[in-house]
Amino acid sequence: MVETPQINVLEHNLVPEHRLLSKEEAEQVLAKLRITKDQLPKIRKGDACIRVLEKIYGNIEEGSIIQITRKSKTAEVAVAYRLVRG
Amino acid sequence: MKRGVSKRIGSIKFACLSPEEIRKMSAGKIITADTYDDDGFPIEMGLMDPHLGVIEPGLRCKTCGHKVDECPGHFGSIDLAMPVIHVGYVKEIKKLLQATCKSCGRLMLNEEEVKSFRAKMDQYEELGHDTTDFKDLAKDTAKGAQKQICPHCGTEQKKITLDKPTTFREDGHKLTPKEVRERLERIPDEDLDPLGIDPHSCRPEWMVLTALPVPPVTVRPSITLESSDRSEDDLTHKLVDVLRINQRLRENRDAGAPQLIVEDLWELLQYHVTTYFDNQTSGIPPARHRSGRPLKTLVQRLKGKEGRFRSNLSGKRVNFSARTVISPDPGLSINEVGVPEEAARELTVPVNVTAANIEALKVLVKRGPAPAGELYLPGVNYVIRPDGRRIRVTDKNAETVAETLEINFVVERHLQDGDVVLFNRQPSLHRMSMMAHTVRVMPGRTFRLNLCVCPPYNADFDGDEMNLHVLQSEEARAEAMILMKVQEHILSPRFGGPVIGAIHDHITGTFLLTYRNTKFDKGQALSIISKMPQIQLPTPDIVEKGKEYWSGKCLFSTILPKDMRLTFKASICEKCNVCKKDKCDKDAYVKIRNGQLLSGTIDEKAIGSFKGKILDKVSRDYGSDKSREFLDNVTRMAIGAIMVRGFSTGIDDEDIPEEAKRQIEDMLKTAIDKVESLVEAYRNGELEQMPGRSLRETLEVEVMGVLGKARDDAGKIAGKHLGIENAAVAMARSGARGSMLNLSQMAGCIGQQAVRGERLSRGYWNRTLPHFQKGDLGAKAKGFVTNSYKSGLTPTEFFFHSMGGREGLVDTAVRTSRSGYMQRRLINALEDLKMKQDGTVRNTADSIIQFHYGEDGVDPTRSVNGEAIDIDDILAEVLGEDEAELLAKIEEKKVGGYATVEKDLMETGEEDMEEVGEETDFESGGEE
Repeated sequence: MVETPQINVLEHNLVPEHRLLSKEEAEQVLAKLRITKDQLPKIRKGDACIRVLEKIYGNIEEGSIIQITRKSKTAEVAVAYRLVRG
Repeated sequence: MKRGVSKRIGSIKFACLSPEEIRKMSAGKIITADTYDDDGFPIEMGLMDPHLGVIEPGLRCKTCGHKVDECPGHFGSIDLAMPVIHVGYVKEIKKLLQATCKSCGRLMLNEEEVKSFRAKMDQYEELGHDTTDFKDLAKDTAKGAQKQICPHCGTEQKKITLDKPTTFREDGHKLTPKEVRERLERIPDEDLDPLGIDPHSCRPEWMVLTALPVPPVTVRPSITLESSDRSEDDLTHKLVDVLRINQRLRENRDAGAPQLIVEDLWELLQYHVTTYFDNQTSGIPPARHRSGRPLKTLVQRLKGKEGRFRSNLSGKRVNFSARTVISPDPGLSINEVGVPEEAARELTVPVNVTAANIEALKVLVKRGPAPAGELYLPGVNYVIRPDGRRIRVTDKNAETVAETLEINFVVERHLQDGDVVLFNRQPSLHRMSMMAHTVRVMPGRTFRLNLCVCPPYNADFDGDEMNLHVLQSEEARAEAMILMKVQEHILSPRFGGPVIGAIHDHITGTFLLTYRNTKFDKGQALSIISKMPQIQLPTPDIVEKGKEYWSGKCLFSTILPKDMRLTFKASICEKCNVCKKDKCDKDAYVKIRNGQLLSGTIDEKAIGSFKGKILDKVSRDYGSDKSREFLDNVTRMAIGAIMVRGFSTGIDDEDIPEEAKRQIEDMLKTAIDKVESLVEAYRNGELEQMPGRSLRETLEVEVMGVLGKARDDAGKIAGKHLGIENAAVAMARSGARGSMLNLSQMAGCIGQQAVRGERLSRGYWNRTLPHFQKGDLGAKAKGFVTNSYKSGLTPTEFFFHSMGGREGLVDTAVRTSRSGYMQRRLINALEDLKMKQDGTVRNTADSIIQFHYGEDGVDPTRSVNGEAIDIDDILAEVLGEDEAELLAKIEEKKVGGYATVEKDLMETGEEDMEEVGEETDFESGGEE
């Protein structure tokens, strides 16, 4: 893929806030939801948001969990989690 | 043991059949291609071998000894003279051939590559990838194993290509299925795992067939025509072909025939086996029946809409169901459905005989299957004994069967009033398309239903048919009563408002009853109130000259809950700048205090489906029983009111004085002149161009504006002479039927006709019709209709009107088919989602789809305009009548709230739709 000068998609109005969870936080989330990793919704490692996050955190391994904080029409703020996959 | 559950499926595994397995499960080898001998008996070792099961009643299966319906049928087998490739597996075979060495058969990957694959597999397992990901991974591994030189033995590899559908070539050289099979045999078990194949359930060489299973005769029954000719199933035909060629191939090979002939026959066998599996394989001509019809072989039996899955497994035909035309009956409750006696005698409910009901059931059985008499009495069609024997009750044996009735028998009695049934109208697009009703058996031949349930079913009475299903178990009845009864579906989960509500004449009825100061004398009041048995005549609120009178508002208040408090604006509200509240001179400000209607008119905004505020309030605050009662009462009261007053409409409702007609004519003339001058200005280049538009487009916009305004003005002039006492206007304003636009098109002017939102322009060269000058851009030449529906259209106008109308028809046709397909896709994707107890939405694999239902966890059915609680209402209740302030707040809040926005959008959308729908209504009615 040709690397072109890109805008930071996370700064776009329509893109919700993405945050990489630390190992401890990830475990807490799984414990809170009482699920295993495989039950989480997925996000591609090649996703534009993940690529931006990689510029901050360095390589994001598959199996990491991303926290997405959205503005919601019904609940004002809604938190969701995504599992990074290949 | 759980009752009713004799066996439970733990898991299902799909695998390939090995030749050994095929032979092991075979009830006998099939050798001869013949089916029956001259006497019509099946030939042993033939395709209709009696060992394969029985299809003729009376005969016994030679394998298991059971009769028809007891014997499940048994497989046979054909030994193929030469191996043949299975079309269903060509892709896998190609993958395997390319990824393994031609001489040593090993997977051409070194240990590290295998290890990395295994690691990837484990990771996939842990992170919960779906099966397609695993498939893709195996595919990638196979790709990676395509090498020039084998890393294990160093043999140089040649390129393997697939010549569709079943021929493999190595460097252009043909590989026989036999060679292919030998290669696949060489692949060691350990090397199959990285390719995503479990060697225990599927060895690759099994993908090249050496034996063919022959399905039981029960799967391919032959049918006997009236002419006593036998007609064989398509599968049998195909198997005959396979057997015949197989036989010839064996003979030729054993006789040492030339290689060329053997190869030709081999290929022919391959063709027959291929089409036996799939007769639509690309690259080969489909096998045909003698009549030229392509044969329906295995794949065709399963695939598509008419295939086994979609038509026999996902959808089945059922017993205890009925279908007939529907018609209205305002006397029924919304929970009820009228069932014709004829249908009720066919539809039955099983009743267990117990000590408590045996005597009553004996009486029922004694009546037999067709009790005589004017009054409908349920009889009995069948009695089932504990051993499962069904005894048909006839008029003759009814007495004796009744006597032999014992405890633990089951009696299948006719439908009677109060039985629970499911009622459904296709297309079943939402859950309200199938609701539970209680039965009312009545004379006639149609299903009867209350008009309020028309909107959720989207039903009308222009010939619509509906289905009815009788529930057969106590559990099903309980579930249906609690979850599916009509009264539980008054509030829609789509927008949280009522979907069930008054329509048409009911709205007109309450409008006439409550608008302004209506008064009824005792006779009239009684005839209205008497429609509702449980309601007492209230004390009269008007006394004039010593006579008692009842106001319409007083009568309507009798059906409101006693402590109701509600304030809103009716649909007749004209949205004045300053609202006069209860002093509204249009009587559009509805105020209910302590269950008394103090001011305002009850119309669509109050009781209509989708909009009814009172309905909304009643079902939210007083529960479903109360709202059912309210709706039943509203329908009855409305019918009572409209019958006391009398109501009729006709085209003379749109009569306007000559003077008004002249005014409209003049006004239209000036508008047309104005268009003319605009065109003139355009021709002279004097028109001022609008930003982002060409000069021509500017003209079109301007013209459309002028003509649109002209139509509205015509409507206004006509409207001045049509007061609300006019029946047509009353219907339009109260929201019962029709719109003011419809009326102004009838009385005033139809207006501009459009196709794709533009003035009509197509037809002849530079003009729409030869009646006009070429290049005429005037109003009349491009589809402006000055006449009204009442005055009648000129021929050119009529033609233009048809053009506009046609677009509407095409649009609806296209829209329904497209949205139907979208719905199907959406439902397939969402059908297994379910909200779990922790508030998350998950699928059947237990993966999370939504972390919190709807992000706020609120059920829209129970929400108030999308909010979990109605704070204003609670404030009003607690703080009392501090209303001015509260109302102001309501006004402010209008903007926010997801559901409010959604609802507003929907409401406006609906109005648009109605315009289209209105025009097409009578057309589609004819099709039913």
